[in-house]
Amino acid sequence: MTQVRSTTARTSPGRGPRTQSWRVVDIVVAAVLAAVCAVIFWMWSNLLYPVVATSAVAYPPSAGLISGGWLVAGTLGALIIRKPGAALFCELLAAVLEGFLGTHFGWTVVISGLVQGLGVELVFLLTGYRRFGLLVATLGGAVSGLFLGVSEDIMYNYEWATDQKVVYAVLTTLSGAVIAGALMWFVVRALQATGVLGALASGAARR
Amino acid sequence: MSTVTAPSMFAPRTGFLARANPVVKLLGALLITLVIVVSADPVTNAVALAGQLVLLAGVGLGPWRLLTTLWPVVLAAVISGWGTAMLSTAGGPVLLHVGWVSITTGSLAAGAAIALRGLAIALPGITVLLTTDPTDLADGLAQTLRLPARFVLAALAALRLVEVMVTEWGVLAAARRARGAGGGRGPWNALREFGGQAFTLLVQSLRRATRLAMTMEARGFGAGPRTWARTLHYGRVDVLVGAAVVLTAVGALAVSMSLGTHRFIWQ
Amino acid sequence: MTAAGPVPAGAAVELRRFGWHYPGRQDASLSEVTTTVAPGERVLLLGPSGAGKSTLLQALAGVEQDPDGQSGSGEVLVDGADPRDARGAVGFMHQDPETQVVLSRVGDDVAFGLENLAVPREQIWPRVRDALERVGLDLPLEHPTTALSGGQKQRLALAGVLAMRPRLLLLDEPTASVDGQGAQELCGAVARAVRDEGITLVVVEHRVALWESVVDRVVVLDEHGRVAFDGPTHETLHEARALLQEQGTWVPGWVPETRPPAHRSDSRAPATGTGTGPASRAPSVEAPATVPVTATATATATAAATPAASDGAVLLSARDLAVSRVQPTRRAVARRRRRARAAWRRGQEAPEPAAVPDVPVAAENISLDVRAGRALAVTGVNGAGKSTLALTLAGLLVPVRGTVRASARLAGDAPRDPSLWDGGELVARVGTVFQHPEHQFLRPTVRQELEFGPEQLRRRAGVAHRTDPPATEDDAARVAELLHRLRLADLADANPFTLSGGQKRRLSVATVLAAAPDVLILDEPTFGQDARTWQELVDLLVTELDRGTAVVAVTHDRDLIDALAAEELELGA
Repeated sequence: MTQVRSTTARTSPGRGPRTQSWRVVDIVVAAVLAAVCAVIFWMWSNLLYPVVATSAVAYPPSAGLISGGWLVAGTLGALIIRKPGAALFCELLAAVLEGFLGTHFGWTVVISGLVQGLGVELVFLLTGYRRFGLLVATLGGAVSGLFLGVSEDIMYNYEWATDQKVVYAVLTTLSGAVIAGALMWFVVRALQATGVLGALASGAARR
Repeated sequence: MSTVTAPSMFAPRTGFLARANPVVKLLGALLITLVIVVSADPVTNAVALAGQLVLLAGVGLGPWRLLTTLWPVVLAAVISGWGTAMLSTAGGPVLLHVGWVSITTGSLAAGAAIALRGLAIALPGITVLLTTDPTDLADGLAQTLRLPARFVLAALAALRLVEVMVTEWGVLAAARRARGAGGGRGPWNALREFGGQAFTLLVQSLRRATRLAMTMEARGFGAGPRTWARTLHYGRVDVLVGAAVVLTAVGALAVSMSLGTHRFIWQ
Repeated sequence: MTAAGPVPAGAAVELRRFGWHYPGRQDASLSEVTTTVAPGERVLLLGPSGAGKSTLLQALAGVEQDPDGQSGSGEVLVDGADPRDARGAVGFMHQDPETQVVLSRVGDDVAFGLENLAVPREQIWPRVRDALERVGLDLPLEHPTTALSGGQKQRLALAGVLAMRPRLLLLDEPTASVDGQGAQELCGAVARAVRDEGITLVVVEHRVALWESVVDRVVVLDEHGRVAFDGPTHETLHEARALLQEQGTWVPGWVPETRPPAHRSDSRAPATGTGTGPASRAPSVEAPATVPVTATATATATAAATPAASDGAVLLSARDLAVSRVQPTRRAVARRRRRARAAWRRGQEAPEPAAVPDVPVAAENISLDVRAGRALAVTGVNGAGKSTLALTLAGLLVPVRGTVRASARLAGDAPRDPSLWDGGELVARVGTVFQHPEHQFLRPTVRQELEFGPEQLRRRAGVAHRTDPPATEDDAARVAELLHRLRLADLADANPFTLSGGQKRRLSVATVLAAAPDVLILDEPTFGQDARTWQELVDLLVTELDRGTAVVAVTHDRDLIDALAAEELELGA
């Protein structure tokens, strides 16, 4: 039996960290967000496949330039859900679903998703899940890209010459910063304007 | 508007492996993948690949269907092999020299090994994907492996919406063309139109997500401990599958070690 | 909560000064609602859109999505307790079929709620079968949920709710996205359930006739979210009739008054379709016979000239058409367009589309003419291919067989086959309004949304004549006029996605009209709309008809067909 339906019992108002536990709406939105990222990424690879395949054949490390596309789910999850673990969950699930759609699902996809999600998660963890600005988002994308580059250098590119491995990691970091970081921050801002984030922390933060 | 259809993930599955427990298959795939990921030599990978090709017979698809399903993986493996052949520092007689690229017998061998390995890494997951219903997989993850049920079930519900999203993508393309969008030429316009279409899909999906959350919450989702309507079966099939997987993984290591070719990726 | 327990009685609902104020909004959605609902009572909740009816139901269901925890005030009690602590006792349904299905198999989906309530496994499946039977869904438990129609999905959702044995049933416009028969079936299933078990029912719906016989009490909210009328069904509907009509509620036996089109359609319809029954419904007022105007007679008129309001000339015609959603790949369509346009530039007739083998055809053997100043209604059961036909006529889908041809007057300086037109050519000639307005939003404000169409035209003109785009004063005037006509002027700088359902519908029609097309194609324009939006839409369409625009509407809506005096083409009857 509850009293007047207001507030303080569940959430603390103001700008500080709101409740850090996941509500049902947070979980479901995070999962659907991962799914839509996977679908968009799949369409993106269908569109770009000829370009990507050509560039990968011509100069393999250049494929790192578009790898930021793999990482958008992590930053979007963190910026929209604003809960601990959101980046990790979204990126991991998106990676798995991308694997389903492109029929290349496997444990390596799970490993990649975990590593890349961890990259973004770390950056937001360091801010105590309090800051969701352009700079933090860009940094999150960059670290995620770095993690992607390094992990792939270890897992797949181990036969490459060392300087080429470095080039690859630099390109993935750049790509992560621009595509998964800065660009996604602007996407979230546009989403806030549409009102669809109303039920979430990111939607309420704007008011 | 083009017809891109999502691979139907909820279609009924046939074949020997379809009857095996999803957790057994998943852990089996993990074991084989682990062995391949840590091994850099072609012998281990070739034996593991051979074992998996035998297991593929249990998928229940004919050779032709298998090939049409698997070609992107084969292509990706070939491309990554090519990349390694170009960038590897392995020596040997030069076979091809164009600009700064030179391919030697050593680098070509390294590339072939990478391609083989790429295929061997991709196959276990695909085998699981082709023979496992997502609902059963989710049950296994939550009931047997004890992953948090709320997250597993939300992921399962989101997976169901993937098909809806893929259909909507096509409708969106037509709806935007009706407004005159996407008429411009060149890659920049194509990119912008893609971005706009993706943004609308994102908005629609987020709306859908909040409504779905409402549905699930009203049905008691996330309130407390839950029961499971479906039971997981473990049977003789699982023992057989498990044995085949262990044989493949251990066999690959045993063969390469006895031949003295085994090499870890960090070696 | 046990399987063998007694039949649950209804729950009591109590609202004490309940209010709701979304952060950042000027006015409260609900203010100080105080009322009680007795166990087993069946209530129809009415009010204008935006009056907070959905918010009220969500609060009663304990699923309201309060972004900062500060929106609610007062008390909501179900059997004396917070609804959030009474999961399972309260069943809730909303209007979107797609997000009421959770899992991929029918049986699993119904079982989902029972699992969450920790019902023992051996009790789950009997309760699932029982619930499916009660909503009349005779399907195997393994049946895939994606294969269900919208109406079936809603009944599946009802089964999922009923399986939980709720004592309070909350329905938020459950039939708004369902066709007539689906709505009847759903309503019947609800009526049986609440009567058999004495479940308390609160339903929000703007189609009163459907629920009139099910409920025993009606509550009407005013635009400030306060209770305006409250009492027994019959009396309250009678007393509140004027207010309800003003609010746009569809009260029984009433259709909003609209101006008839100046030129009523000819009852001798030229349209035919597969298995077509009586091809046209005679309009209530017999139209004066018109002199048929052939396409050749008007061929000299240019596309730019304002068509005479009532000449009835054929603008678009289809012959022996077969349509399908399954299309060649994007690249193949682009290639076809390039080749056909090259042939057309050389003065050759564009080659017929090569028949794609084994394509599932949505509708076939369709021949029809779309005439200036006339309305054509495409009707038929779900899955008859109505929308597919509309998109094919609009040049957005490539036909499987047969042809769609624009008259010389409509085509102007473009090819005759609409599927060859580029975006700029298309918007000036055929405007298509999709069923879901948000699918067509492209810009961040209402004003920019309206400016987009004219911009495309100008860009094309600039390309064609290699000159600077002409002055934009005309565009600005047209945009201002549309904003005013569609009552969107106050919202010119709002984000289109934040508008209400009716406003979005008006905007989606306006964006298409901004490019002044000669043919307007609409997919279910009045579906789920309240009576006010309906009236505005009809007036808008009649104005367009009188200007000489041809209107094609895919619709189930009899009243719309009558109001536009439309000729009817029934598919797949």
